[in-house]
Amino acid sequence: MSVTYLEAIRAAQEKALADDPRVFIYGQDVGAFGGAFKATKNLAAEFPGRVMDAPLSEDAIVGLAIGAAIEGARPIVEMQFADFSTVGFNQIVNQAATLYYRTDVPCPIVVRLPSGGTLGAGPFHSQSMEAIYSHYPGLVVMTPATVEDAYSMMLEAVSIDDPVIFCEHKLLYYHLKADKLPDVAQPAGKARIARAGRDATIVTYSAMLHESLQAAEDLVEEGWQIEVIDLRTVKPLDTDTVLASVARTGRLLVVGEAWPWGGVTAEVISRVATDGFGLLDAAPMRLNAKDTPVPYHPDLWAAHRPTATTVAARLRQLLTQ
Amino acid sequence: MVTAVKEETVAHNDLDPALIVRAYRVMLLARATEDKLASLYRAGMIKGGVFLGKGQEALSTASSIFLKKGDIFGPLIRDQAGRLAFGDTVLDTLRTYLGSAQGPMRGRDGNIHRGRPRDGYYAMISHLGALVPVVAGGLYARRLRGETGVVGVTSIGDGGTSTGAFHEGINMAAVEHLPLVVVVANNQYAYSTPNNRQFACADLLDKAAGYGIAGFKCDGTDPAACLETLRLAVQAAREGNGPQLVVASLLRLVGHGEHDDAGYVDAALRKANVGRDCLEVGAKQLIDADLATAGEIAAWTKEAQGEVEAALNKAQREKGPDPGTEDWRAISTEHLVDGHFNAEDE
Repeated sequence: MSVTYLEAIRAAQEKALADDPRVFIYGQDVGAFGGAFKATKNLAAEFPGRVMDAPLSEDAIVGLAIGAAIEGARPIVEMQFADFSTVGFNQIVNQAATLYYRTDVPCPIVVRLPSGGTLGAGPFHSQSMEAIYSHYPGLVVMTPATVEDAYSMMLEAVSIDDPVIFCEHKLLYYHLKADKLPDVAQPAGKARIARAGRDATIVTYSAMLHESLQAAEDLVEEGWQIEVIDLRTVKPLDTDTVLASVARTGRLLVVGEAWPWGGVTAEVISRVATDGFGLLDAAPMRLNAKDTPVPYHPDLWAAHRPTATTVAARLRQLLTQ
Repeated sequence: MVTAVKEETVAHNDLDPALIVRAYRVMLLARATEDKLASLYRAGMIKGGVFLGKGQEALSTASSIFLKKGDIFGPLIRDQAGRLAFGDTVLDTLRTYLGSAQGPMRGRDGNIHRGRPRDGYYAMISHLGALVPVVAGGLYARRLRGETGVVGVTSIGDGGTSTGAFHEGINMAAVEHLPLVVVVANNQYAYSTPNNRQFACADLLDKAAGYGIAGFKCDGTDPAACLETLRLAVQAAREGNGPQLVVASLLRLVGHGEHDDAGYVDAALRKANVGRDCLEVGAKQLIDADLATAGEIAAWTKEAQGEVEAALNKAQREKGPDPGTEDWRAISTEHLVDGHFNAEDE
């Protein structure tokens, strides 16, 4: 018996609906159909009137969630693909993200963003949006990389009083499996050392955790011990765990699937350079997708995003600097 | 599904005389408040813009005066009157404009961006149309909780009807059959842009049919017509007939903000029916109906001005926010605050 990353997200939503009558789900095709990826499969039948199909209106979907949150509900909205959240962007960054600071009324909404590239998905079904939402004050941005985190962080996202952008990676939906759902949750906001090492630190999150772990494994036979840190949430960003690791290894590579300009990898390097410059034995490096729209063709896509191979290559550069 | 009904003319017979008087006194208080805001602005005592609703007081008052405790009101820029009718105070208005730490926005937001969401009084953002789905969402949550008979009213202008949020919000509210009343103040210009550069339908009311919702139309310069129209619209929503669109014609009698001399307004419009001052129309209606004398109206005006002065005296004595003790956190969950940047500044 095993559970996938997608099943964990579905199970967490099911538990949230069962445990808290304030929770409801609103989004395109999330009702009887069960969602484009089946993340809400059977939930409409299980919770009548609380898992509803929405019109094709991302602005209105997020707006509805915000109004419902003001009235004490705990809505989960699905954007079908992270890319389409741009249509709801105004509601997310100007209404949801400012509400607590402006009015002292919190905005407990969860916006689910099926994120990241998959084979053949192309420019508009592949985007990673975590950086742009992290830029705005007032949002929590979760980027789970494991089945356990997908489950426990979704539950935490629903339970906290603030708006959460929940970046779930589509590439992990079906492939990533765990033996069972976790009984104990590690709270969001703290990074996790996914693999201990001594020669260099990789800081990463979401699907790139798995490429990074593979690269670290590949370098074992070359004699290197690579530490890999999974950020888990990119906002807040757990600078302390990163700095403590860099203090041990002296070398830093930051890996992200999103575009390079600004963004999470730039933020991590900026913080380490500012607060931990003296800890570094070599200039920090980073690896991102190329600075173009996400290409459709599998060969182009494979070269566009970081992979275990390109992470390993960048590590070798870092280790021999 | 309700079909659009054009109410070209409305009967004024069902209105409670006491309500007509109360509405007029709210209009007077709004006008007195805004006259004071304009003079404070000219004296350089308000930081940032001042955005007034002169000419829209009748429609704005009517928008919220039929709401009850537990209803939702999402006002927009020119709704000083509707805000007061819903329970906002002159004091909180002045506090927000003057940046008092004691106002509902505590210096964190200003002017018309104020509200008390816990009381059903939502605080607008500057992006037009954005409140339509939010008020719909408030109503959706109330219905999920099993509450019935709740109504939400939100306002928009002719310009705001061109936004995607307006379209998405009304369409969604119609699909969900929510008790939402959207009040469109067609004041002929969105900032400087006239109607003929804003929409191509013959009448904004035509949009109601497209959404499958009921529509009402009234003369926004006529207080009695506004009251009767909103009474019907709010009642229809409360009785479960889904969203209601109200379109009223009027003219903004001031600039977009006090920085704007509105020189682009067609002089002919100012002389036309649409350019009437609703306070003058309302005074005549009260006198003609023997609900007030000219002397009483003058006394009410003076009383309103006195209330504004008293509130101003209080608000001016209050301190603004202190940057040194300000809570620089944009989220409420302690362990998820990213303290990196704010900590750096200490």
